[in-house]
Amino acid sequence: MTPLLAAEAGEHAASFPLLTSIIVLPAAGALAVALISKRRPDTVRQVAALFAIVTGAITVWLMANFDRGSDGFQWVENKRWVADLGIGWHLGIDGISLFLVVLTGFLFPLAILAIKPEHDDKPYYAWLLLLEAGCMGVFVVLDLFAFFVFFEIVLVPMYFLIGGWGHGNKTYAALKFFIYTTFGSAVMLVGIIATAVLSARATGQGLTFDLVQLAETQAIAATTARWLFLAFALAFAIKVPLFPLHTWLPDAHTEAPTAGSVILAGVMLKLGTYGFVRFGLYLFPEASHFFAPLMLTLATVGIVYGAVVATMQHDLKRLVAYSSVAHLGFIILGVFALNSQALTGAVLQMVNHGLSTGALFLLVGMIYERRHTREISQLSGLQKSAPIMAAAFTLVMMSSIGLPGLNGFVGEFLILLGTFASHRWWAVVSATGVILASLYLLWGYQRVFHGTPQGEENENFKDMNPRETLAIVALVIPIVFLGVYPKPVIERLEPSIDRLLAHVEDNVDGFHPADTPEPERRSAEDLSKVAADASHEEGGHEGGGAGDGEHEEGEQQGATDDAGHEGGAGE
Amino acid sequence: MSAVSLLAQATTTPQLRTPSVDWWGVMPVLLLAAPAMVLLHVSSLIKRFFTGFYAAVTVVVALVTAGWAIGLWGRVTDADRGPFSTMGGAYGVDGFSVFVIVLLCASVIIAALLADDYLRRERMEGAELYSLIMLSAAGGVIMASANDLVVMFLGLEILSLAVYVLAAMHLRKVESQEAGMKYFVLGAFSSAFFLYGIALVYGATGGTSLLHVSSYLAETVPADNRLMLGGMALLLVGFGFKIAAVPFHSWSPDVYQGSPSPVVAYMASGVKAAGFAGLLRVFVVGFADQRLDWQPIVYVLAVATLIGGSILAVVQTDVKRMMAYSSISHAGFILVGVEAGTSQGVSAALFYLAAYTFMVGGTFGVISLVSRKGDDHHDISDYRGLARERPLLALVFTVFLLAQAGVPLTSGFFAKFAVITAAVDASSYWLAIVAMVSTAISLYVYLRIVVAMYMTDAPGEGHAVDGAEAGGDGHVAEAAAVPDEPAVVPGGPIRIPWTAGVALAMAVVVTLVVGFLPGLVQDLSRDAVPALVLAGR
Repeated sequence: MTPLLAAEAGEHAASFPLLTSIIVLPAAGALAVALISKRRPDTVRQVAALFAIVTGAITVWLMANFDRGSDGFQWVENKRWVADLGIGWHLGIDGISLFLVVLTGFLFPLAILAIKPEHDDKPYYAWLLLLEAGCMGVFVVLDLFAFFVFFEIVLVPMYFLIGGWGHGNKTYAALKFFIYTTFGSAVMLVGIIATAVLSARATGQGLTFDLVQLAETQAIAATTARWLFLAFALAFAIKVPLFPLHTWLPDAHTEAPTAGSVILAGVMLKLGTYGFVRFGLYLFPEASHFFAPLMLTLATVGIVYGAVVATMQHDLKRLVAYSSVAHLGFIILGVFALNSQALTGAVLQMVNHGLSTGALFLLVGMIYERRHTREISQLSGLQKSAPIMAAAFTLVMMSSIGLPGLNGFVGEFLILLGTFASHRWWAVVSATGVILASLYLLWGYQRVFHGTPQGEENENFKDMNPRETLAIVALVIPIVFLGVYPKPVIERLEPSIDRLLAHVEDNVDGFHPADTPEPERRSAEDLSKVAADASHEEGGHEGGGAGDGEHEEGEQQGATDDAGHEGGAGE
Repeated sequence: MSAVSLLAQATTTPQLRTPSVDWWGVMPVLLLAAPAMVLLHVSSLIKRFFTGFYAAVTVVVALVTAGWAIGLWGRVTDADRGPFSTMGGAYGVDGFSVFVIVLLCASVIIAALLADDYLRRERMEGAELYSLIMLSAAGGVIMASANDLVVMFLGLEILSLAVYVLAAMHLRKVESQEAGMKYFVLGAFSSAFFLYGIALVYGATGGTSLLHVSSYLAETVPADNRLMLGGMALLLVGFGFKIAAVPFHSWSPDVYQGSPSPVVAYMASGVKAAGFAGLLRVFVVGFADQRLDWQPIVYVLAVATLIGGSILAVVQTDVKRMMAYSSISHAGFILVGVEAGTSQGVSAALFYLAAYTFMVGGTFGVISLVSRKGDDHHDISDYRGLARERPLLALVFTVFLLAQAGVPLTSGFFAKFAVITAAVDASSYWLAIVAMVSTAISLYVYLRIVVAMYMTDAPGEGHAVDGAEAGGDGHVAEAAAVPDEPAVVPGGPIRIPWTAGVALAMAVVVTLVVGFLPGLVQDLSRDAVPALVLAGR
């Protein structure tokens, strides 16, 4: 059964366990760090960075050598773990997980190199590396049991990072984060087991937790599968977080140390959205289709609610945290619009959000490091004393808003385009989120960076040092690159996404992915061209740049209208 | 043939026909009980041995017993020979009993290693504690192997009477006396229930042998089964008390709190394992056909135990009480496996017991070290800053706590996973969800301790603000920062004797290795199925 299905799924077996190595390497790094004397913080840092960089290099190698024509899982490893219960060590990545793996491999070394902990370097780096191992694990495993193991284990390092190195009400935030998430996963564990048990009962074969096998057989009755989907969805919705289960996020993000926030926003929130794609659409296609309106509605509410609440924040970091609620809403919108444009946009947006929000948290962290406050009212006119930071903040902020020519636009555009084709009114309401995004971010920016500096501390605000500049530049490069030329990503994504949607189509009666109707399905070139064209149209204003809030807002409105227009023309 | 009818024969015929005894099979009981007796006598005759002699003897005895049991394992899992029973079918040796025997031995070893330094620290050296632990474990072995309700009662009483004394062992602590008293009175009360239950089952079926009961009930459909139902209910009360299931749990926090910490390590692991072994044997095997009668009761007990244990743990401030309630909640989890009533449920319950024995043994090991001289530093504030003072101990404790919380890559996770699988397989979905939600609740309890160890009272912060508490928690400030202000602690700093270190290392290694490779124990627990076998003549 297994080899047959594996062949069916078009899996390419790996000769060297590369995927295992990107899980084991960071874990080994954590062990190595733990064994170094704590009197040598520099060595600790270098060793941690070394392990993270090597892991990152492997992920980049994976991306470069990814077979872009193939839609199956690549570098597959499949070994038994607990043979008696059909639990396997099944790893593999396709286009969807590839970029999340690369994002993880990129953000962790960055977080390690760019940010120094305030105290206790040794355990800090050890936890960070363990976190990386866990996150990698979630993205590469194809076994429900192993997935749960990694999904749950990442909470432990993150809990210690928030609780040990956080600020303010850190213990409360760490506890809330851990327990809130565990509630969701508790129900998911029952769901996972029920999925395996019921599937085994239906097929009459032995128990298996293998995702590919379970998803391809689709043995569970539709009504039961809906319940099971809900059990999974609860865990993912908390992790994403989807409105109204987002309340842990502002606390966790705000109180976490900077690296914690970067990783939390950049990587860990993607565990939920990735879960929805892999364990929602793939494992329960019928239920995903059934519950799509619900998920879309929650996503839309989240987009608007997150944006409105972000506008009201006095704390810069909280503002960015709430902006995540809105952005993640977009991703969910893209996932459940159930067509290739929206889904491509959603996966792209997972990466984009990781880059831009990661960079925003990095910048906010730098401000906090200098001023020891994140209160917007305490900050003013920083542009005068820190022009480089202001420029960096502007660029990153524009990416977060979705300015054409930067990465955020491509993702949001594709999501709205796809959603408009299948669920018009949800797209219309969600588009207001884009406008609100420019409102809260630009207003926040104005208050912090514009005007004349009030008080001595704001006047003598130090600009970014070379190390910090380097870190931001490292994030800005992909931000700009993906905005201008998303093709390398899209062409790797497309086969997997088409395959996933074909899988949904096969398993849901009377469902056809409602793409913007065109004679044939768009190829990668077309998709990136659409995005590139659109950004070209708007690109003229891009240089207009920093600061003029009204102007940017108007421009954004234009982009949104444009998205609507494209979709409308297709109808 | 049942013990009772044997007695009847003995009175009528002049010649007593004794059943054959398979000495190989019953050897684990003797191996534990005989050295216990000898040790008592020897210790009263010869006063001076090398330090740690009694503990060493206990560990060796437990190792030999475990080794013997492992030898039996080969015999009972062999396809040709299989499980067997002896003493007229009253004492069964099967994979199940062998598995539990090994667990009991592990629990004895952990307790003995912890007790060695503890007794010297508390100035109560002597052989009594070790003898009693071994005797109690012998009772546990009998319970795990009993194929007859009367033998079960015998085992239960041997197990319990020894533990009553153990609870009251700390003579200078009034809490310990109270614990012993409370445990004894309530325990005797529950034994009466148990005995009455046996009587009712005997009345309903005409025998006390589990084999007789199950075959009688399979053949006969009684017009009125109230007697049987009453008997089962009373037996469940008796077991419920031993495993501390809600609502029969009220003794356990007080007893755990007052008893000497190494004894609690044994109580929480060994006694509970024996109690569950008895429960599984009597209900899942003996009363298998009455499943539909007892399953709803166990269902309710499981829900009450899970929720009650985890919620009541949240409001405690004494770490020992917290762990008492958390161990109640664990009992609820094992009850979920019992409720499934399948061989998968039994195997899951055994896996849970195996994982739990080491987790909880280690947990109380750490507690007994942190309690310091006098065994009275159990408040959660006593754990503040432990990560700075004793980083390794704090890390080990964290591993045990996270394992209890069921965090993946520890044995605790797979234990929960196995139980939930059994429950889902038996279609008890809501019970599974309740169990998992209660885990999430009790996570708060474990994390509170972790917070205390890692995230409170960092040097230089807590001291100035909260001088009194900082003094109380044994915080050794960084020498450079506060050179001449070592914290004054009544019990002195935390010492980690090597024996306790060995016990903790053993527990932590098992917890992690089984967490990574659960297949090791899973295969064993799957093969450790209980069986009722007629005695061969």
